[in-house]
Amino acid sequence: MATLTFSNISMRFPDGTEALSDVSFGVSRGEFVTIVGPSGCGKSTLLKIAAGLLDATAGSVDVDRNGIGYVFQDATLMPWRTVRRNVELLAELHGVDKDERQRLASEAIDLVGLSGFENHYPKSLSGGMKMRASLARTLTMKPPVFLFDEPFGAVDEITRERLNEETLRLFEAEKFAGLFITHSISEAVFLSTKVYVMSARPGRLVASFDVPFGYPRSPEIRFDPRFAELSGEISHALRGAHS
Amino acid sequence: MSKKARFDVRLVVPPVATGALILGIWYFVSYVILDPKRRFLLRPPHEVWSVGFANGDNFSEMMEGLLATSKTAFWGLLTAILLGFLLAVIMSQAKFVERAIFPYAVVLQAIPILAIVPLIGFWFGYGFMPRVFICVIIALFPIIVNTLFGLLSAEQGLHDLLTLHNTNRVTRLRKLMFPAALPAVFAGLRISAGLSVIGAIVGDFYFGQGEVGIGQLLKRYAARLDGEQLLAAVIVSSGLGVLVFTFFGWLANRVVGKWAGESRGA
Repeated sequence: MATLTFSNISMRFPDGTEALSDVSFGVSRGEFVTIVGPSGCGKSTLLKIAAGLLDATAGSVDVDRNGIGYVFQDATLMPWRTVRRNVELLAELHGVDKDERQRLASEAIDLVGLSGFENHYPKSLSGGMKMRASLARTLTMKPPVFLFDEPFGAVDEITRERLNEETLRLFEAEKFAGLFITHSISEAVFLSTKVYVMSARPGRLVASFDVPFGYPRSPEIRFDPRFAELSGEISHALRGAHS
Repeated sequence: MSKKARFDVRLVVPPVATGALILGIWYFVSYVILDPKRRFLLRPPHEVWSVGFANGDNFSEMMEGLLATSKTAFWGLLTAILLGFLLAVIMSQAKFVERAIFPYAVVLQAIPILAIVPLIGFWFGYGFMPRVFICVIIALFPIIVNTLFGLLSAEQGLHDLLTLHNTNRVTRLRKLMFPAALPAVFAGLRISAGLSVIGAIVGDFYFGQGEVGIGQLLKRYAARLDGEQLLAAVIVSSGLGVLVFTFFGWLANRVVGKWAGESRGA
């Protein structure tokens, strides 16, 4: 039984926009599934439905909502809190006592490589550092399910590659069930066990690809011929999905 | 010496130059444009100083007036802050409450204060409370609008994050909406503090009775064509406005300066 299961999810917004049509798949612990698709195809909507932020018009989601970690498109940090206090936020909301909260935060800050920046306010951080703080905040809850809503879309390419490698490290360490949304095919192949291609609106899963690389993965797999070949196939499927 | 403490010529010279220019124009009008018979219309700065500020009796009369006006403005502002904050929080909690209250806040703002002052005196008398009431009417709107705007300015992603973690209404207000509102709240306070001073002066001016504030003094000096003291009173009242404006600017910087403002970006 998968940790997160979508069964025949369809979504139509009150204004009549049909966002998703009959989407079914599952993600188990130790699996990292990525959905690539054109802009506005309903990828983010699917994550919001999984998290319970939106209700699907039809179909059902099976997941323990208390065990979801959500990484947003933007870092969504509270500007009035320092990095440490931002990372502590979720533990604070769940009534975790101060000592434990600080321990969890220190551990997570260390894991994302933000040690030394604990007392900085978000306005003095770069985009990549903000995303790291956001990741650390989610990590404190050690969620069995991680939803990533195109988290690295706004950072530069070099930072993005580094953040990909760090996400991979986190996945290898925590073995959560990961569902990742992105526009970037290489990001999808680099991170995932499986890549789904979603069609233009209304979003449907039109192709699925198993990634032939095991874990731990090194950044070098980006230069493996199979990496390029798979990226080409996904790109081909994506072009079909646009039309 | 630290960078902050160093005397920065670029910061000091422009306002001092403008001040000198204003004084120059003032002297020019007093001595060149106005002939001696008409000089009472604009007394030169040093006469305003010697009659309005250097004369002990006149100065203490004005300071007593200033104290009375400050007291009224302070209580008016405090009431406006409490009431405005409460109304904004209620409005932020439900759209229909906002729809029910907001139009009347706009009406309150649109009332010409000069028209309502005699009416307030007529209804409630000329004591301390009606004066405070005038300050509240004039100072309330910016506090409501800025606080409401601030409360609603919290990032949607952060709201979603709190929703994901089953956060209740009170915690959401406390941990997200209040702190997010602070920069806008302070912007409103700076405006309202100045307005409250104006309210206190206008009320006193029109009531013309009760404890003597700057408003009554202005009226008295004007009636006596006492140009020096009139100008001194004008300077003192605007000084009070500047003082409260500066105070709230300083307070805002202390409270939100560390974190508010533009970020470095990607």
